[in-house]
Amino acid sequence: MKRILSLATALAALAAPLAVSAQDLAITNATLAKGDGSAPVEGATVLVQGGKVVAAGVGIAVPAGLETVDGTGKWVTPGLFAAFTDLGLWDVQAVSDSNDTEADDSPFNASLDVVPALNPANEHIAVSREGGVTRASVTPAPGKSIFAGQGALIDLGHDAKIVDAPRAFQLVVLGESGARLAGGSRVAASVVLHNALREAKALASASAGADRASDAMLTHADAAALVPVVKGEQPLYVKAERASDIRAVLALKSEFPALKLVLVGATEGWLVAREIAAAGVPVITMPLRDLPEQFEALGSTQSNTGRMVQAGVKVAIGMFSGDNQPRWATEQAGNLVALTRIPGATGLTWAQAFAAITSIPAEISGVGGKEGILAPGAVGDVVLWDGDPLELSSAPVSVWIDGVKQPFDSHQARLRERYKDLDRTYLPKAYSW
Amino acid sequence: MRISPEIGRWGSAVALALALTLAPQAQAKKKDKAQSASTEVPYASTYKPYPGRPTALVGATVFDGRGQRIDNGTVLFAQGKVVAIGGGDLAIPEGYDRIDATGKFVTPGVVDAHSHLGDYASPGVDANSDGNEATSPTTPDVWAEHSVWPQDPGFSRALVNGGVTSLLILPGSANLMGGRSVLLKNVPAITVQQMKFPGAPYSLKMACGENPKRVYGSRGMKPSTRMGNFAVNRQTWIDAKAYMEGDHSERDLGNETLEGVLKGEILVQNHCYRAEEMALVLDMAKEAGYKVTAFHHAVEAYKIADMLREADVCAAVWADWYGFKMEAYDGIPENAALIAKQGACVVIHSDDPNGIQRLNQAAAKAQAAGRRMGIDIPDAEVVSWFTYNAAKTAGVADKTGSLEEGKMADVVLWNGNPLSVYTRPEKVWIDGAMLYDADNPKMHPVSDFELGQPGEGDVK
Repeated sequence: MKRILSLATALAALAAPLAVSAQDLAITNATLAKGDGSAPVEGATVLVQGGKVVAAGVGIAVPAGLETVDGTGKWVTPGLFAAFTDLGLWDVQAVSDSNDTEADDSPFNASLDVVPALNPANEHIAVSREGGVTRASVTPAPGKSIFAGQGALIDLGHDAKIVDAPRAFQLVVLGESGARLAGGSRVAASVVLHNALREAKALASASAGADRASDAMLTHADAAALVPVVKGEQPLYVKAERASDIRAVLALKSEFPALKLVLVGATEGWLVAREIAAAGVPVITMPLRDLPEQFEALGSTQSNTGRMVQAGVKVAIGMFSGDNQPRWATEQAGNLVALTRIPGATGLTWAQAFAAITSIPAEISGVGGKEGILAPGAVGDVVLWDGDPLELSSAPVSVWIDGVKQPFDSHQARLRERYKDLDRTYLPKAYSW
Repeated sequence: MRISPEIGRWGSAVALALALTLAPQAQAKKKDKAQSASTEVPYASTYKPYPGRPTALVGATVFDGRGQRIDNGTVLFAQGKVVAIGGGDLAIPEGYDRIDATGKFVTPGVVDAHSHLGDYASPGVDANSDGNEATSPTTPDVWAEHSVWPQDPGFSRALVNGGVTSLLILPGSANLMGGRSVLLKNVPAITVQQMKFPGAPYSLKMACGENPKRVYGSRGMKPSTRMGNFAVNRQTWIDAKAYMEGDHSERDLGNETLEGVLKGEILVQNHCYRAEEMALVLDMAKEAGYKVTAFHHAVEAYKIADMLREADVCAAVWADWYGFKMEAYDGIPENAALIAKQGACVVIHSDDPNGIQRLNQAAAKAQAAGRRMGIDIPDAEVVSWFTYNAAKTAGVADKTGSLEEGKMADVVLWNGNPLSVYTRPEKVWIDGAMLYDADNPKMHPVSDFELGQPGEGDVK
């Protein structure tokens, strides 16, 4: 009977909704990296109460009775912010039934919105969370238009809620892939882009219920989706790699001054870094690209990020889609630090590199000061690491999101436990779980 | 080669392995009774080591590639060969250039047992897509070396960022039998023969699983299933055996390769993700009478690591790739450590023009994942995953892959521990010739393709 009862209890626990409440806690005596570009400090304390960061620094008193986690020998940081991901959109990339990143056969483009597809129980989210990623922006990929649609901001918490901000940006793809999507040339892509923004502008200024121009190319839904873009209310992410393509992106502002541009890719950004900086346009890039993989990337170098930062560009490490895993953010940042020791290369300081995977992507995503940072009032996303988070040997030992401690029980973690030995003497492996 | 449709969606164009839309083409079958398959060495290596100076690396932490670590070590090489390695007491003979390597690390040259550089070159345009002869499920007649473009800028990145001195170029995995591989010395060259690793055996690239059955099944051809994969393979081996036992009156390029495998002269590199498929391949090898040298992309090797140890087959793996295709769904970061724990042979491979620049880092991640579950593998052993074990997989462990007297002086001087993210190669020697020096801009190789382009000669 007891056994049945305990089984019933266990089943009830499994069936219960995951309504875990935020815990108040203090992490003490850890090496603290706030994510804000400041250098790490030792012997620091982080206080989280009510799901928010209350304090982070040295010499902070821990209120009596607060649950305390000893951070001796460990590092404490904000959760990583993974910019421009496809988290929650696929289970297995190559299994198209499980993959919602793009819609090749949809009649719509700019109006596509990733929100209905986002799956908080997604394995890729669980694995990324175990790697210290707590927030992300999620982008659709282009189907058959240069407009991919609207991305969202998410949290990676182990609960039913996933969307932090829907329709957080629109993505348009230029350069070589944009040319292909637009009908075969950059010329065509430029016309498609300008025409779409003009139609959106016309729609924005039309009186309610007025007919659109009879030669409108965009569906009403797509034109309407671009209205907040031309008004500057929704950022326009533009993927472009070649220096000349980047210049063309920056020039968009002359006709559409309200545009809030974010460059994605910018492999040759270092060649036009001062122009990007002068335009105040931030960049999300893959920092370790160094091969001329396409003609639009002939100038690719790992020094791209460092050189852009030196010129005053705000640069986030990102583009964690396809099989570029979000949990690799730390090693990519670490590699930029490695460049500082190579004559002729330009890298980032440790603090700059860490900011490029925490506060800077959060700022570019419009949640600066709230996410990717350990500062009073920020979300209670805290990661405790077993060492320098950028080092290959380090990994999170605990992750909190909104003050809630997260489980480490992904499919991968369970496989590891099952196969830690290969003993099948008494039962097949199917019974060890 | 994995053939995932979304490799580096925003970046890499290397996924072109998937763009398999070539017109069918009859398998080459040449009749030439005057020549015999076994007596000639066509397309022979013309590689000659570049001149080097007798060099002593002094005061370094030395990982010899075979599990030994020497603190405050000395490495001597001259005339292209390792002369000696030892501690601080090792005498430095007259005439050696002495390089103070205090605080630095020395390893054997890195070996990648799975690369497509040259065959899928950058830029990854269709015109450079030469890695899969995807016109027949078995093409043991094709040789990867006939596709290698020596001007692929990827070679230089592998050298300067990855310390890669030798790399095994394999045909892709569209076919069950993709063709012969070629082992290259990572020296800038105009011809592939000038890169060919002298005395290296050939390998046959084979592939299990999703890729062959998808590529041919989607055309309404056999194989369209995993059982079809095996049926085609088995019949091909049966036919090859008949050829081997025949009078060789007609040359058959494909069967010459397969005969080489059956005679043990040609190694087998088998792309295979899943545990049960690897087990079936081992039985197929028994049935046909050959040996598998290594399973590549063996993401489920951890489930059968004991079996791999008993079969003496290496598992060539990534650190933590998973999820990009169905057969990679069970990939875990602890794979390499769990294989090592069972005493089986671990190789960290790249299959990727970016990954090849960081094999040392991938190994470090795999080591750390093991450590977190209580499997402690010393740095010196982890270094063997991308040196000696990879050389063994390529069939040249007697020539390179470790710092032992008389072996090729393929050597990397790192500016820190190669298992740290903050470390990069400082100098790289191939057969005793310095071919990269971080401190000398003129010692950064620049391929023909990059001359006059943005960033020519840049530190990449």
